[in-house]
Amino acid sequence: MSSTLYSLVGLAAGVAFILALKGLSHPKTARRGNLIGAFGATVATLSVFLYVTPPRDGGAAHSLPLHNFGLILGAIAVGLIIGVPAARKVEMTQMPQLVALFNGVGGGAAALVAIVEYMNLGASATTAEVIFTVFTVVVGCVSFSGSIITFMKLQELMTTRPVVFPGGRFVIAATLAAILGVSVWVVGALGTTPLLILALISLLFGVLFVLPVGGADVPIVISLLNAFTGLTVAASGYVLSSTLLIIAGTLVGASGTILTRLMAEAMGRSLFGTLFGAFTAKPQDVAAAGEERPVRSGSPDDVAILLNYARRVVIVPGFGLAVAQAQHTVRELADLMTSKGIDVAYGIHPVAGRMPGHMNVLLAEASVPYDQLAEMDEINPTFGQTDVAIVIGANDVVNPAAQTTPGCPIYGMPILEVSNAANIVFLKRSMRPGFAGIENELLYDPKTMLLFGDAKASLTKVVSALKAL
Amino acid sequence: MDALAVVTIFTLAVFVGFEVVSKVSSTLHTPLMSGANAIHGVILVGAIIVADHSENNLELGLSLVAIVLATINMVGGFVVTDRMLEMFKPKKQEEKK
Repeated sequence: MSSTLYSLVGLAAGVAFILALKGLSHPKTARRGNLIGAFGATVATLSVFLYVTPPRDGGAAHSLPLHNFGLILGAIAVGLIIGVPAARKVEMTQMPQLVALFNGVGGGAAALVAIVEYMNLGASATTAEVIFTVFTVVVGCVSFSGSIITFMKLQELMTTRPVVFPGGRFVIAATLAAILGVSVWVVGALGTTPLLILALISLLFGVLFVLPVGGADVPIVISLLNAFTGLTVAASGYVLSSTLLIIAGTLVGASGTILTRLMAEAMGRSLFGTLFGAFTAKPQDVAAAGEERPVRSGSPDDVAILLNYARRVVIVPGFGLAVAQAQHTVRELADLMTSKGIDVAYGIHPVAGRMPGHMNVLLAEASVPYDQLAEMDEINPTFGQTDVAIVIGANDVVNPAAQTTPGCPIYGMPILEVSNAANIVFLKRSMRPGFAGIENELLYDPKTMLLFGDAKASLTKVVSALKAL
Repeated sequence: MDALAVVTIFTLAVFVGFEVVSKVSSTLHTPLMSGANAIHGVILVGAIIVADHSENNLELGLSLVAIVLATINMVGGFVVTDRMLEMFKPKKQEEKK
């Protein structure tokens, strides 16, 4: 393949990525957009096998196939064997973790590419190449280790609360200073050892950067690390003289930044506060151990009676619904209520579930009609005319503390104002607080009824009780 | 690579990146993040190039690891995004057609 053709294929792939992002921004075209992106990536990968970048330093001419051809194919096969089944089998509820993990390995790959190219270039590297290499290694490593920590938080392999230790911000500031110092050293001294030291410190920084982030802010961090990885890919594109990598990486970096900001807005979070929480967070007092307070718990029959005499019911689904795989049962309940002439709507918080838009995916999986799903701004003004709000496995997204308690981790996050409904029913497994780890006053409200148990089991009982009425 | 050309490409790509996602409903945030995530898996191209350049076993070993990771990122990312979007299949619109 000629150099011109190779560049043109790269350009076509770049255009495919633009179309992919554009398509992904609209519900109708999203799937096609993703397929266009996959097509672009496949073509770009194949083109490398047919074209060999010219040898540097006037080295020997290079003919096809690529050096290490068999090993390259083998490594791709290993990647396919790991990646495809993981993507196919993952539960929809575990999607955020998987995206974090995929992002992390991408960042790791970019950092490795930069390290290898640096070893390879040796003393012939120009200052600009070294600077871009340093950038790729630092940000790629931060993205890798940071994503692993977000993965562990989401998978609940570690605590979902912010991890803050005394003097933490000084440690972080010191790590950052070390990164800058070693970066200058690498640029000045040109050696593999300083670069590897830099990689290790950057990995440490990624861990320290994400640890203080609370559970509710994790999606924003995933999105940000995604943008980071994009930028590292762009930087490595400069070192490797690949226009395609520059375009693709920059696109992801830019769109990822915007997306991060949109998400932060949807959650009512200050992006700055989230990102620099690591520097400002102080160790928090452990929430005062909740003294035993009376709650009103009810039976499935009580709930069924309440629903039977309601005119309007709003269902607020949360992550607990997904964990219990109760999407189908909740739709059954909604259908039953509709057949009894009750007006039913779903109130979807932008970050219901674990990631923005996650709940929409989960309910779509259960084929809940799209037009019954109401976004927060639509549904909030209607709670005043709502007889019953059923909160299923959600907590933080309805917690009034977000409006009333300055300083609590979710303060400022817009919530679904279920407290305006005449009656509130909480389906919960226990009194355990939500992902952000904050007590919810609403649970103790006199108009609240609690139905303890697994969401699916409880809903099934409510459905049969309602049928019997 | 010509520095000016790189700056030009970079700047234009930043603006395109901003423009294409400036208005996205929160419904699509997750698939969009996941799709963008898959796109940067194209670092696979870079990993293959360095594997080809490798001059010793250390470089080769590291670049093969990079290929494995990049493939997981790219292929896994596109597959998982497709699975998510498959569920958004607009049934009503199909009926309209």
